[in-house]
Amino acid sequence: MKDRSFGALLLVIIVASLALLIALPVDHPDWASNLLFWQPEGFRDLELKQGLDLQGGLQVLLQADSVGEVNPDALESAMLVVENRVNGLGVSEPLVQRQGENRIIVELPGVDDPDQAISTLKGTGLLEFVAAGRQAPPAGMILETDHVGGSVAVGTGGVETGAATLNPETGEPWHTIMTGADLKSAQVGFDNLTSAPIILFELGDSGTEIFRDFTRQHIGEVVSIVMDKQVLSSPVIQNVIDGGGQISGQFTQEEAKGLAVQMQYGALPVPLAVIDTRAVGATLGADSVRSSITAGVIGLFVVLLFMAVYYRVPGLMADVALIIFVLINLSIFKLIPITLTLPGIAGFLLATGTAVDANILIFERMKEELRAGKPLRVAVDAGFDRAWTSILDSNLSTLITAGILFYFGGTFGASSVRGFAVTLIIGILVSMFTAVFVTRVLMKLVFGRRKSEEQFAGKAWLLGV
Amino acid sequence: MYNIVQHRKWYYLFSGILILISLLAMGYSWVTTSSPLQLSIDFTGGAYWEFDLADAAAPGDIRDVFVEFGLSDTSLTTLGSEGNRYQARLKSIDDETKASIEDELGARFGGIDTRQFRNVGPSVGEEVTRAAFMAVLVASLAILAFIAFAFRNVPHPARYGFAAIAAMVHDILITLGFVSIMGLVAGWEVDALFLTALLTVIGYSVQDSIVVFDRIRENTSRYRGEDFETIANRSLLETVHRSVATQLNAFFIMIAILMFGGDTIKPFIATMLVGLLSGTYSSIFIAVPLLVSWEMGDLRRLFGGEKRSQPATA
Repeated sequence: MKDRSFGALLLVIIVASLALLIALPVDHPDWASNLLFWQPEGFRDLELKQGLDLQGGLQVLLQADSVGEVNPDALESAMLVVENRVNGLGVSEPLVQRQGENRIIVELPGVDDPDQAISTLKGTGLLEFVAAGRQAPPAGMILETDHVGGSVAVGTGGVETGAATLNPETGEPWHTIMTGADLKSAQVGFDNLTSAPIILFELGDSGTEIFRDFTRQHIGEVVSIVMDKQVLSSPVIQNVIDGGGQISGQFTQEEAKGLAVQMQYGALPVPLAVIDTRAVGATLGADSVRSSITAGVIGLFVVLLFMAVYYRVPGLMADVALIIFVLINLSIFKLIPITLTLPGIAGFLLATGTAVDANILIFERMKEELRAGKPLRVAVDAGFDRAWTSILDSNLSTLITAGILFYFGGTFGASSVRGFAVTLIIGILVSMFTAVFVTRVLMKLVFGRRKSEEQFAGKAWLLGV
Repeated sequence: MYNIVQHRKWYYLFSGILILISLLAMGYSWVTTSSPLQLSIDFTGGAYWEFDLADAAAPGDIRDVFVEFGLSDTSLTTLGSEGNRYQARLKSIDDETKASIEDELGARFGGIDTRQFRNVGPSVGEEVTRAAFMAVLVASLAILAFIAFAFRNVPHPARYGFAAIAAMVHDILITLGFVSIMGLVAGWEVDALFLTALLTVIGYSVQDSIVVFDRIRENTSRYRGEDFETIANRSLLETVHRSVATQLNAFFIMIAILMFGGDTIKPFIATMLVGLLSGTYSSIFIAVPLLVSWEMGDLRRLFGGEKRSQPATA
């Protein structure tokens, strides 16, 4: 019995220190950064992610603008194209997500020119095949070509404008052999011998003619594939290409797929319409962060004070549990990570209320038992046992509501409603641990000993009775 | 033992008056603005634009710019204390139009700084409205089912569910009434965030009712001899400390946000506060009394004028 309560105390201490370590905004050791459920790219920085309403930026909801059902593959490809354009904007931590059947949600933190960003997102990309001579221009380079027309987004956003380069061999713009309009299809395949991913493409009638003539005369030279004037890939011509061919290179399968998608759908595979935009100025965001933090801290402080004054020693334990509650929540927000928005903070505060309520339920029960003349240790146990069904039932009903909110929030366009539901759900689950388990461990520690009966005898006020 | 449940007639009357006021406000709003609540562009579609101009200008002059672009329905108001911040509400525009208006405004008034711009297509608005109705409906049904399940060992478990739902509808109506009045008086608009507040109120309302019902469930088996009214009343008295303490804590947090929080979130919090107050009130003065009335079969008698004998008080 003793061992078990010692183990429980140890668990609480470990969890609390871990949460403290992660929640604190300090430099985290590598193992802490590695302590994550999944890692899309490299190490995680353990920073609290702030939503657009907190740091300012642009949210755009794009909808496939077609009659009838949207082909999931086409939407998937459209997402790739959009993602590429977003990357071209040079925004840090952009988000491109699919929403429902036919929508793409794009979040661009810190964008200060929403109009340009939007036109880049939904503009039609221009695919060109450029004669590059013997020197392959590196991928990512911006070329000035002799093809004019098409809505071309040169050097938008993060890419420096004016960086478009001329052909160093001729000192003139690069020559465009043909555009994506002459391409019939492009897809990923595998090399028969090496089974490395390659791109297979087919040309239309006029494209076949142009390419046959060009490749016949330029074997051994480079054809650059250029999207919106930016080099994607620069394969060397090996044979005469007649009607179709293949591009091989040091591709990973992902890269090959991306390139094929861009070639196939130089223009978006489905037209996208902007149906909802939300731009928040950076100052507005900063204002709301500051005031929310102030408000949250003050509110929490008053609650801590109230609990200590009203419930005395048990109240202090509830305070410790509540502080651990806050730390664990912050850690989870960082670990998953959860993007914090104003509604998200509201959800967290509401969960805090639930956590406090659980302790209030327990303490009120305990006080009843004490008033009925039960010994301290019995009263503590009874308090937890009796309150448990109330805590469980009420939390379950809130979880059900939050779950429904999460489900329907996905269709609300604004991800903010979902943010609220997520922080509420996490908070309620954490509160079951801190307000019930942690408080219990602390109470056992102080009231569970044989001597505590005498220590608190005649000092009922210390127990809030 | 003080008897709360005994005076239930008056609680019904009080709540009835509050609900009536709420319905009247929504009705009045419907007649004057053709909508019970002032709906934001989240529901109707349209554009909301908040911007600063370098030179303060008369709203009329700024409005002229919008009219020149064929947006004669644009409503424009001044925000803040410095006098150069404005909000415009207009119908949904494409980004080319927005950019041209921005250029024009900037050229005429010495520069423009957009603080917030939100543009919602009409189809999105319809979808949000539908999703909102579905969310409330599904949440109600789920809660009804959950309570019926949690109280399956008590006689008439469904009654607990319906009493909780009745208290919840009570809280929804009062919250809607409050928002409707604020819409008429202060121009508050209902947005997707408001749905969050409403669903929180629902969750809290039910949570509060369940805590009291839980005590009734426990006391039903503990005090077998007592009649239901006494048991219910006992349960109420035993849980009232908790209700007050919890409500106080929720109060502290919300008041702090109202006093120190960002402007954008204040209507949201105020709405939630009214809903939570209503939720605490309704769990004590509506949910449990309704349950008692149902068990005693006295709803009609209460208002039928037929005086029944005073219940025994312990």
